[in-house]
Parts: sequence; C-alpha cells; structure tokens
Amino acid sequence: MAPIGVLAIQGDFLEHRNMLDSIGIESVEVRLPEQLENIDGLIIPGGESTTIVQLIDIYEMRQPLIEKVRNGLAVWGTCAGMIVIAKNLKDKRPDPLGLMDIEVSRNAFGRQINSFETDLDINGIDGPPMHAIFIRAPLVTEIGNGVEILAEVDQGKPVAVKQNRILATSFHPELTEDPRMHAMFANIAHSMQ
Amino acid sequence: MATEIKPNTGTWTVKSGLAQMLKGGVIMDVVTPDQAKIAEDAGAVAVMALERVPSDIRADGGVARMSDPQMISEIIEAVTIPVMAKARIGHFVEAQILEALGTDYIDESEVLTPADENNHINKHDFSVPFVCGARDLGEALRRLGEGAAMIRTKGEAGSGNIVEAVRHARKVLGQISHIRGMETDELMATARDLKAPYDLVKGIHQTGALPVVNFAAGGISTPADAALMMQIGVDGVFVGSGIFKSETPQIMANAIVKATTHYKDPEMLASVSKGLGASMPGIDVRTLPESEQFATRGW
Repeated sequence: MAPIGVLAIQGDFLEHRNMLDSIGIESVEVRLPEQLENIDGLIIPGGESTTIVQLIDIYEMRQPLIEKVRNGLAVWGTCAGMIVIAKNLKDKRPDPLGLMDIEVSRNAFGRQINSFETDLDINGIDGPPMHAIFIRAPLVTEIGNGVEILAEVDQGKPVAVKQNRILATSFHPELTEDPRMHAMFANIAHSMQ
Repeated sequence: MATEIKPNTGTWTVKSGLAQMLKGGVIMDVVTPDQAKIAEDAGAVAVMALERVPSDIRADGGVARMSDPQMISEIIEAVTIPVMAKARIGHFVEAQILEALGTDYIDESEVLTPADENNHINKHDFSVPFVCGARDLGEALRRLGEGAAMIRTKGEAGSGNIVEAVRHARKVLGQISHIRGMETDELMATARDLKAPYDLVKGIHQTGALPVVNFAAGGISTPADAALMMQIGVDGVFVGSGIFKSETPQIMANAIVKATTHYKDPEMLASVSKGLGASMPGIDVRTLPESEQFATRGW
C-alpha cells in the first residue's frame, strides 16, 4: 500500500495530513511532478483555486497529473480542489484540469461574509450527519454521465460528488474533527483499480 | 441526500478558516484594478486594496485613512481571489463600511493613522474576519481576545527593510516555545506579564501554536525575504510596497510567489532571484525617529 499524496503547493494541506494521520493513514506532500510517483491517491486541498492552478502549471504538473488519473490514480478535491479538478467552470477561469465531468460555479454562495457551516447528510457516510464548513465555497452546477451526487444543500445544489475513483466536496472535512470522509477516500484510493 | 441549509454565517470557524486557505501564499498590496489583476495572474492568494502603498503613505505624511470605497469596489469586481482592505486602528465605522462593501478580510492596520489610541476594534461584532499586526505574543493574544482571526507581524511597513519583521516573528515564535515548555503553575504570571488573556496563554501551552494563521508583513521586498520569513516559521507573507515599487512588478510578483511555495529549495530560490531588476529602495529603520515608525502604533 502506497501513501496518500497531498498537493502541498498552497492552502490547508497540513490539516489534511493531520486528519489522515489521526486514522493511521500514511501521507506525503506533493510539490513537484516526480512526487506523483508511488502514491495511491492525491488530495487537492482547500486554498485559492486560481493560485493552485497557476502553480500546477508553473511547476509543470498538469500533464503528469492528468496522465496519472487516466491510469487510475484516485483524487479528492476539497473546495478549491473541486474547482481545480472540474471539467468546466462557469466563469472560465482559472483553466481547470478536467479530471471530473462536472461544471462548477466558484464562490457560488457569495463572498466571505456569506461563508457558513451546517450539518450535512452524505451518501456513503454512516452515522450522524457530517459537520460541513463552506468558505467562499463552490457548487456543482452540472454533472456528466457516471457522476454520482453524494450530498446536496437545499434541493438541487450538489456539494459532494463522486465519479469512479474521483471525489469532490465544496466543503472542508479537514477543518473538522470528523475523519469519516478521509476514511472513505482512503478506501477508494487503496482499493484495487 | 439533500440537506436544508440552516446557514450559520460569520462564525469563528469560517472566519479563521478563510485564513487557513491562504496558507503558503502571498497577499499583495494593490492600488488599482489593473495591479490587482497582475497580482492574481502572478498567483497571489489575496490582494490588499488600498489607495497608496505604505512607502507612499510614509513619503506623503498627513493622516492616512481607509481607502475610497469606490476604488475598493472596483478591485472587488476585477478579481476572484479574496480582497482585503485596511481600517484605522479603533475605527469601527470604517470597518462597518468595509464589511458593507463585501470586503473579504479587514486589516486593522498601523499603516493608517490610528483613530483610537486606547482601544482596538471589537472584532467579535463583525461577520467579516480581521487580521491584525503584532510585535510580540502578548500583542497577538490581545488582538485574538478582541476577535482577530489572523495575525501578522507588524514589521516596518514601507521601509523595504526586513529587520523588524524578523524581529517580530522570532519574538512571537520564541515566546510560544517558551510557554510550551513551562509548568502549568507559571501560566497565570505569564499572562500577567504578557498582558494577555489567560485562556489564550493556556491554549498556547497545550498546543504550542497560535490558534490562528500567522503571516509575515512589513518590509518584505525580495523572494529571499519571503523565503526567510517562511523558514523562520510563518504561514505566508504580505508584500506591500515591495512588488509595485520594484522595477518589474510582474516578474517580482511571480518570483515572490514561487519563493514562498518553495521556500526550502535553495536552487529554486536562486533561479527565481535572477534578473529581477532593482528592488524598492529601502530605509535603515534605526534612522527612523519613533514618531515615524508605524510599528509603534497600537499596543
């Protein structure tokens, strides 16, 4: 079993590592293309999506990452990470990686004063609802074939989606004390491709 | 599954959480929408919208106030990264105006002329989060006690001189590790000496860290300066006059962003430090009379 990589070019990558650590899952920081080798999955953390995409391009990680995912690398994007892995964005920038067949609207709930927390039921997560923290959060506005909606807020606003070995959430499980979503992703990542 | 949102906005978690998202990043001072776009394209995680960068405020003298709301709105329109803006120390009405404009973070800043020499803003009253400057741990904890959700070193803004930012960051981090090693019995006396809330001192003793993100600010003007602060142990950097007062702002902005990500990689630092042209001219802070130092404003 290889460790889970956490993209560590900007954002709250440390919180993801701490959460994985708390459930006994090994992780490594990924800052350069060669560090994509020998990992079972990659978490793209919360941060600023424009910044993360630019740095992915500056450090020439776009093609290697797309290639890895084509070959079965599991990926989970949280908040900015969801934007980074989307196929399309409503406002056309930054230029996302297109790893998952979803269209995403950035800052869909408004500016920082509209950031919020709430409890959320998620398909595939047993037990009580998860506490979900939305910070200048994105929203999935369209899904392609084979994309499964795991959670919605109100009706018809998907905030957690899954396509094969790829997971995206609008919110930040890494800012809570609840490791269930991390355990779910580790299961996907470590399962046979 | 669909969940009806019972939205809980303006909480401590979402206020301090936004700062978590800025970690490892560079926040750049900008005075026009065009500069804001240059900053965004260079990979800035946020911009600080203001009328004059600190070195110009210093040169112009007079009273420095909150920037024109029109100009802040234009910058908010121009970029999709978070926009911060400065209010004067203690000027809670400027802060109310900035919140109404949709500013994502307010810097209660010593770079502007203080409006209240005794009291800082009660930041708990706001939904928008605040960042505040500190020279030592006591000052940082007082600001947290008032509700700040992010801390930065004061440094000496607009000086182009990193020495004060280094002093303040080392002081804060040194005091944290000192408290970490204390006996519990010593914490109350320490809170008294630091003039800091006891509960926050206790928290530092337990976790060995500030409960919020801690950035460096004030005097960062080269990629090496940014990497120095990161290696000393801050979470990210503010660059004020250092970018748009340099000879080639676009290249400098890019280089400082790269240096902040790869702060532990000397080869990367060497490569981004090449061919940057002239940095902003600097000031020897020791020649500045106390009345002209921004860092001594606030307590």
